Amino acid sequence: MSQQYPALLVIVPLLSAFAISIAGWMNKRLCFPIAVTALGVAAYSSIGLLFRVMDEGVIVYKLGGWAPPMGIAYYIDHLNAIVLVVVTIVAFLNVISAKKSIEQEFPEKAAPFYALYVLMVTGLLGIVVTGDAFNLYVLLEIAALTGYGLLAMGEERAPLSTLNYLYMGTIGACFYLLGVGYLYIVTGSLNMVDIARLLPPLYQSKAVLAAFIICMVGVWLKMAFFPLHAWLPNAYTHATSSASSLIAPLVTKVMVYVMIRLMLTIFTPEFVFATLALQNIVVWLAVIAIVMGAILALAERNLKKMLAFIIVAEVGYMVGGVWLGNRAGMTGAILHIVNDALMTLCVFLVVGNIVYKVKGYAFEDLQGLFRKMPFTMGAFVVGAMSIIGVPPTCGFFSKWYLILGGLQAGHYGFVAALIFSSLVSVVLFFRIFEICYYEPFSDHHGHDHPPQPMAEAPPLMVVPLLIVAVILILVGLYTGDIVNHIIKFAIPEGLV
Amino acid sequence: METITSIKPLLAVLVSLLVTPMLLSSRNQNVREGWTFVAAAIKLAIVASMVPAVLHGTEIVYTVAEVFPGVAIKFKVDAFGMLFALVSSSLWIVTTIYSIGYMRGLKEHSQTRYFCFFALALSATVGVAFSANLFTLYLFYEMLSFATYPLVAHHQDREARRSGRKYLLYIVGTSIGLVLPAMLISYNLAGTLDFASQGFLAGTGSKTLIGILLFMFIFGFAKAGIMPFHSWLPAAMVAPTPVSALLHAVAVVKVGVFCVVRIITGVFGTDLLLSFHFGTPIIYIASFTILVGSFIALSQDNLKRLLAFSTIAQLSYIVLGVALLSPKGMTGGMLHIAMHAFGKITLFFCAGAIFVATGKKNISEMIGIGRRMPVTLTAFFIASLSIIGMPPCGGFLSKWYLVLGTLEADQMLILFVLLTSSLLNAAYFMPFVYKAFFCTPKEAMFENKVQEAPLCCVVPLVITAFISIIMLFYPQPFFGLASLMVKNITGL
Repeated sequence: MSQQYPALLVIVPLLSAFAISIAGWMNKRLCFPIAVTALGVAAYSSIGLLFRVMDEGVIVYKLGGWAPPMGIAYYIDHLNAIVLVVVTIVAFLNVISAKKSIEQEFPEKAAPFYALYVLMVTGLLGIVVTGDAFNLYVLLEIAALTGYGLLAMGEERAPLSTLNYLYMGTIGACFYLLGVGYLYIVTGSLNMVDIARLLPPLYQSKAVLAAFIICMVGVWLKMAFFPLHAWLPNAYTHATSSASSLIAPLVTKVMVYVMIRLMLTIFTPEFVFATLALQNIVVWLAVIAIVMGAILALAERNLKKMLAFIIVAEVGYMVGGVWLGNRAGMTGAILHIVNDALMTLCVFLVVGNIVYKVKGYAFEDLQGLFRKMPFTMGAFVVGAMSIIGVPPTCGFFSKWYLILGGLQAGHYGFVAALIFSSLVSVVLFFRIFEICYYEPFSDHHGHDHPPQPMAEAPPLMVVPLLIVAVILILVGLYTGDIVNHIIKFAIPEGLV
Repeated sequence: METITSIKPLLAVLVSLLVTPMLLSSRNQNVREGWTFVAAAIKLAIVASMVPAVLHGTEIVYTVAEVFPGVAIKFKVDAFGMLFALVSSSLWIVTTIYSIGYMRGLKEHSQTRYFCFFALALSATVGVAFSANLFTLYLFYEMLSFATYPLVAHHQDREARRSGRKYLLYIVGTSIGLVLPAMLISYNLAGTLDFASQGFLAGTGSKTLIGILLFMFIFGFAKAGIMPFHSWLPAAMVAPTPVSALLHAVAVVKVGVFCVVRIITGVFGTDLLLSFHFGTPIIYIASFTILVGSFIALSQDNLKRLLAFSTIAQLSYIVLGVALLSPKGMTGGMLHIAMHAFGKITLFFCAGAIFVATGKKNISEMIGIGRRMPVTLTAFFIASLSIIGMPPCGGFLSKWYLVLGTLEADQMLILFVLLTSSLLNAAYFMPFVYKAFFCTPKEAMFENKVQEAPLCCVVPLVITAFISIIMLFYPQPFFGLASLMVKNITGL
């Protein structure tokens, strides 16, 4: 059984997507349990897989028994094992929370929603697990197309913003495909390990250089790396809550993973950091991404859109960390994939709960929420602290490694940008806390606030949220173990 | 030095954290306050149970988890941390009694929230006191910043929002903007953050870098109220008075000073600072704060704001004492944490008691109040003597050592700063006390009838005033702890 974890991880959600579609015709109530079970199995297998990787090292799984480079192989090392766990856990907790809001927003579309949801998770897991560069493109498109479907099921303006995303996303995927095409031309292989073996003698070739840059641009477009971010804020804001709380935490982070995979596995750190003179430029781009993300977030008067811009800034954290080209920066970036996925999930689930009860997410809708929804807001405070970077929440620890990486690389602009973004986050979140806490004002010196009854979201939405909030703190406290037992092995030894 | 591993420091921190669910779930306010007392008593008992070992020169350590290579969430109880933990956990009990009287007397809203965040703040305070390294210190420092925000903003009106903003801007702005990068640079230099008796930064960086780091730390811990990062403290006086009393006279501000002292002694080390002559600039910054703070206090009419500026000045006594880098000066500085705490909390209690009983906040409206509230105003008089530094109060002892320290360090100018400051203290306290008792019947603003605040308000302030006197005659264990710490640092 445990030998089949890599396959189970992808096959179970894939098949259950069909099962959900069929169940949708017969009995709509079956869709939710199927989705939960499938994602539960995926989460269980991914955790099992992580422990196996920690014990045994890299696992190679040949799909259908066909040997690479002809067949497709799944390679699971420490890097994707941990990303898999993050993807499955986020998807699992979020689907539980989605039930109520689906029932409220579009009960008639529950079956397509769950089917697309599970299919999208399949796509994301496939991207992470695959060891084949072209296969990755196919799964990228599966994840993207289902993602467009999910995002478009939202407010009135959702289809338009999703169309925008579709154009940009397709261009990004095309870029990636083009880059892989170049690599195929020069090496004749699509298997990542195979390409990596064949490439070193060709590093002087202009085609290889072009392949790398084109792939990078494609991936940056997909992860909304400033200034290629324009599609993200509207697409995430106008989508329905449970779709955005799946896509916002995962898609950008999985794309960061793809970038790291490209840089560390297909290409080598020596090529990326030593041969190419791009390092400094990209880190400065990341600095601009962080600063602009923070400033644009500051300009928003709408909670969900503000959070979307924070994602743009967070992408800058990770890209910058990776491109610093040292161990601390890379550790920070990989740790931040984990942490940012979890904390983004936390804050988007909060938005989901608020929308469920208040039917809005503009700043004016948030008045008096500490009293009305204490549990949701408690989790929001934890999520916000993590984004600000307050210990012991996990966000602090990845920021620590990122800043340390910046110091060791002597890149003080990046250090300053991280500090700046933390300070802006304090303003961003406390501005919201103030609205939730003080308003509506009572003129009587606060002595007799009209007693507002508690109106908390249903337990099915609150419990997953609280679990995420607790995970944020636990991951923070166990940072030492995560880094020493997992991330340390995910980074090639050559990188110091 | 002997070290023993024990979970006690962690328990002392956790007690008040773990009691919050009890506080939240109690439906009856007497049950809720009962839980607070239980937690406060257990906390004090745990802290006190470690005193004998610490006085013997033993260090109690406990590691929770290693988070970075060479950096762990780790507790270490040494003499200085013990001194501070003892002060804050003993005053928590007193303040809880007072809170009950004050909050119920004024029928304040959201009392459960108030008691919860109070307990959280105390957890963080003791956490700071027992931190074994800079990272743990920073963790609890930030926890305290955020736990006190809802307390400062308790009234939830526009003024509270304005003050809350100012509070966050100064406290969190400096800790993220200055302390965090400074901590990372130090880690990058030294590879560790564990406090050492002669600092872990000794011999790692150039003089310029060390100087920059030092000032990033000193100004970064803005809770210490060193000018120009002081103006959050008067703004935070919008909080209910027990909050001002415990947090803004004892816990929060003393955490700031505590951190500065730890930075001077544990991060840089006295030898390093002496060799670079970095003590002197700190002394001058502190002296400036002392004098300017006292002058501003002179011009205040709002009693709590006056006390706030007085606190700003008094905090810099502690910084000054330690920055003298001489044994007596350091003893005086550390001792002043305890002496000032008992004195200042009494003054705040009195201000609150006056507000509960009469609704008055301004000094100009309190002429003749001594006849109406004789016990409160007598306590006020005693405590103000302690702040001025006159016998028969504890403040005399710490000021005596500070003065000796200036002589020892050969800083005659600073001696005059201290003496001038005492005069200024007298100048802003004594006219008020005088007018409270001695005024013509025409001037008197209150009927000649004794009417004190509720008993729960009066008893605590009598206790703390009494302790202020006792501490001159029996300064143990505080004096013992302070001199033990100085002995460990200087080796003398």
